[in-house]
Amino acid sequence: MDAIRCEVLAKGAEAIIYKEVWYGFVVVRKVRIPKRYRDARLDRTLRIRRTINEARLLYDARRLGVSVPAIIDIIVDSTTIIMEYIEGIRLRDELNNMSINEIAKIMRKVGILVGTLHSNGIVHGDLTTSNMIMSKSGNIFLIDFGLGMHSDDLEDIGVDLHVFLRALESTHTHVADICFHQFLKGYKEVMGEDKVKRAVDKVYEIRARGRYVPSELRK
Amino acid sequence: MPLVVLGIESTAHTFGVGIAREDGKILANVNSTYIPTYGGILPREAARHHTNVAHKVVLKALRKSGIRLEDIDGIAVALGPGLGPCLRVGAFIARILALSYDKPLIPVNHAVAHVEIARLAVSARDPLFVYVSGGNTQIVAYSQGRYRVFGETLDIPIGNFFDTLARELGLPQPGTPQIERLAKEGKNIMDLPYIVKGQDVSYSGLLTAILRKFRGNVSLEDLCLSAMEYAYAMLAEVVERALAHTQKRELVLAGGVARSRRLQDIMQYIAEEHDAIFKVVPDEYAGDNGAMIAWTGVLCLKSGITIQPEESMIRQRWRIDEVDVPWMR
Repeated sequence: MDAIRCEVLAKGAEAIIYKEVWYGFVVVRKVRIPKRYRDARLDRTLRIRRTINEARLLYDARRLGVSVPAIIDIIVDSTTIIMEYIEGIRLRDELNNMSINEIAKIMRKVGILVGTLHSNGIVHGDLTTSNMIMSKSGNIFLIDFGLGMHSDDLEDIGVDLHVFLRALESTHTHVADICFHQFLKGYKEVMGEDKVKRAVDKVYEIRARGRYVPSELRK
Repeated sequence: MPLVVLGIESTAHTFGVGIAREDGKILANVNSTYIPTYGGILPREAARHHTNVAHKVVLKALRKSGIRLEDIDGIAVALGPGLGPCLRVGAFIARILALSYDKPLIPVNHAVAHVEIARLAVSARDPLFVYVSGGNTQIVAYSQGRYRVFGETLDIPIGNFFDTLARELGLPQPGTPQIERLAKEGKNIMDLPYIVKGQDVSYSGLLTAILRKFRGNVSLEDLCLSAMEYAYAMLAEVVERALAHTQKRELVLAGGVARSRRLQDIMQYIAEEHDAIFKVVPDEYAGDNGAMIAWTGVLCLKSGITIQPEESMIRQRWRIDEVDVPWMR
């Protein structure tokens, strides 16, 4: 490897994310780590399946014009994806310091991105503002498709929206309503009124199952 | 005098009577389990079994505890979730005892009882529970006045998955130890569907896929190994996510399937990785039992939770997150 500099960007339950410089280019290396509680062969199968799944979703999303990091390389053997490093700010960190107008603009953009994914049979699986990066030009990038899948199922779309709404409520409590409202505006532009209504109804149905607790209530 | 409660369990295959004292001492735990001669549990057959053994089990529990019915402070009963005909037997007997001895009747949720007896037996304070049995598969933790579900099966419970599989493979019941025993001899892991949806798991598709393989020419041992490893890996993944999410410092395995050694090992690993303490409910309180209803009855009674006999309807689908647990505050 020609990595010159290497720093750990994030350490999740499933993978470790490194930032590296390859041949003068800044890249992200996402490595899925083995779980020692799983049968070693099953563990490997799962990690490989998910690496390929994520790479495929990133590729498909990009072809739809959704801004996601470009894939540079996949090393299936070491369950690694090398992708473009997106220079910018995580929405999670900055959203609370922004003006209402700015937030509204950003959330509409997010709505268009997610609407594009959903209307083309892709669900992200972990829609939180931690997984959204705003580049210098104001472009919003979606990252981490590790829990994503190909699906047209209303239930899956509903869960995707529900996860997003829950993330807004816990992390950006005082602007959550505005965020979701503006998000739905952008989302509607792509999905159309009727589909959005059914999806939102689904979100409330999922909530009514009553097993989701806002994160600020966690101990 | 410390409170003493008699508890009746009859939600599924087991008719059990327990007697628990306020200080956490279990004075009696007598259980009689209906074992079908063929196939799965027929609710009516199980209920007939319960009716036949009920008075003997009650008397035996009283004799063991050395306490007279007159001196008991309340009659607790599992009103759900469970099989209608079975639940009715326990509810009927509890009402009669409460009315004829003029004792308060205490409604207990069977799932709450499983986690409370586990909490008592392993001295846990506020853990994440993995509650796995023939009738339930839930990941549960306390938050805001209730036990909340942080993951569960979308279709069949894990114990039911193993029982059905064992039956189809021609193995005796209960299925989990049988599958685990054969899995030890297994060598190869097959390619099977691995179904995790967000925080939830689904076992029905895995079951169908395994049974389809069984019709082909495969080794029974490999089949069992694959079934067990897939089922547990799916569960492990959502448990790990729930543990990271809730940040609980204790992990407790409860319910009948908690007896599985392989599952215990897996949970131990997960707890270690998240700096949590891991504990397993003791065997005697793992499966359905009367003691857990009695002990939860004590907790309820102390919090003033009782019910009028005429309102004590059974609730087949009574979810754990519908129950207030004021003693956890």
